[in-house]
Amino acid sequence: MDRFISKLLFLAACSSTAILALIALFIFKEGLPIMAKTGIGHFILGKEWAPLSGQFGIYAFIIGSLWVTIGALIFGVPLGVSCAVFLAEFAPPKWVGVLKPAIELLAGIPSVVYGFLGVMWLAPIIREHLGGPGLSILAASIVLAIMILPTIVSVSIDAIQAVPKSYKEGSLALGATAWQSTWRVILPAAKSGILAGVILGMGRAVGETMAVIMISGNATTIPHSPLDSVRTLTANIAIEMGYAVGDHRQALFATGVVLFFFIMILNTVALKFARRKF
Amino acid sequence: MNKISIKGLSVRFGDKAALRDVNLDVYEHEILSVIGPANSGKSTLLLCLNRMVDRIYGSRVDGKLLLDGQNVYSIEDVEELRRRVGIVFAVPIPLPMTIRENILFGPKLKGRLKRSEADHLVESSLKAAFLWDEVKDRLETFALRLSGGQQQRLCIARTLALKPEIIMFDEPCSGLDPISTAKVEEALKELKKSYTMIFVTNNTKQAARIGDRTAFLLMGELIEIDRTQTIFTVPSNKKTEEYVTGRFG
Repeated sequence: MDRFISKLLFLAACSSTAILALIALFIFKEGLPIMAKTGIGHFILGKEWAPLSGQFGIYAFIIGSLWVTIGALIFGVPLGVSCAVFLAEFAPPKWVGVLKPAIELLAGIPSVVYGFLGVMWLAPIIREHLGGPGLSILAASIVLAIMILPTIVSVSIDAIQAVPKSYKEGSLALGATAWQSTWRVILPAAKSGILAGVILGMGRAVGETMAVIMISGNATTIPHSPLDSVRTLTANIAIEMGYAVGDHRQALFATGVVLFFFIMILNTVALKFARRKF
Repeated sequence: MNKISIKGLSVRFGDKAALRDVNLDVYEHEILSVIGPANSGKSTLLLCLNRMVDRIYGSRVDGKLLLDGQNVYSIEDVEELRRRVGIVFAVPIPLPMTIRENILFGPKLKGRLKRSEADHLVESSLKAAFLWDEVKDRLETFALRLSGGQQQRLCIARTLALKPEIIMFDEPCSGLDPISTAKVEEALKELKKSYTMIFVTNNTKQAARIGDRTAFLLMGELIEIDRTQTIFTVPSNKKTEEYVTGRFG
């Protein structure tokens, strides 16, 4: 019986890995030929995206994804981590019981709702007060920041709570205040866990499609300020997949390949930072 | 001279009494051993003296605790109190940083240190805790890499770096092997010259080796306090005699 179950589990493990490998293989098979045809350099650094005249340069979308993701992290990380520190270290336990589930509930709201809120409410505010079209990097960053909050907050809370209580006791006994203990002992010790939360959040921000399509404006040009419209890699695939054929279709798969590496590079860099301990 | 004087100290956690009407004095530059079986309130006594007990939910402290004649519970700067009354816990808890940073953690909370001051402080603290020779070449090592005995001496050194007046030890050798224990005890005997110490242990032999005086706590009550030799040879209370001779506890 034991052997049977372990074989079954082995099979399950194999098949899930195999599915992933097949998906990757398929994307690469569909996307690589067009990259070879236009030249990888041209494809990645080309500034012109005109599928009808055979121009496939996705530089603007890479920049778009980068901007929107960085923007989301700029707004989301300080907010999320402070929130986690407060809930894990300073808030009365009763509050945590109410607030943590409330924040996690944010993760349950469908992204189309976030996008809709952004379009109807946030974009007009930005247009009126800061100028530009409103549907912009700034708007997308703010919406994405809110979307990644639950991930960052709940993973960070767990990371902070996983730090042995004795560190805090030790620090307090040496005459540190509660805040000094948190800042100098708890946070450094929870650093890699918090970073893991940030990476997860970043992954979500890079991959988010619906809300971003709705609120980023989808211009195929390279943005010059946070108030400009952008199109991200994910949005590019989703917007054009309905009518893409031939080279165009392949170019969208190739966008997926780039997205694949994009996320891999971001993860590797972030993990490098996470592991850099003392 | 009385460094600490405790009058009618009672501590409750919720509806459970941890200490009942304890009266005792600690003299300057002595080692007071505190012995007693588990749950007799030894650690609670220590936690009151540096007000760490405040952090325990539902704790309630009555009575008077005087440090140099000043009531500990009227002190506003608790952090300063904790620097004056250092504590070394049962389980060595080096902070997750290097050896050097562990020593300098406390002093740096008060402000920046000059490089030379910091070097001197690290060396003198480690020497006083009998750890210097073992770690002088690797001060930048992560403190959690040290052995248990070394970690505990690091914790002592870290407390010394605060230049405290009193050092409290809460069963500092409970997790250590005999050789490490001997080293920690050796360090303690040297420290007696310059500090007042309270040494909680449930190892009666250790209390006998180290303490000038010994206090025996049982179920939250102070049964007897006297010179160590007296406690271990001719105690006046029958329960004390039974405990130190190992008949119960």
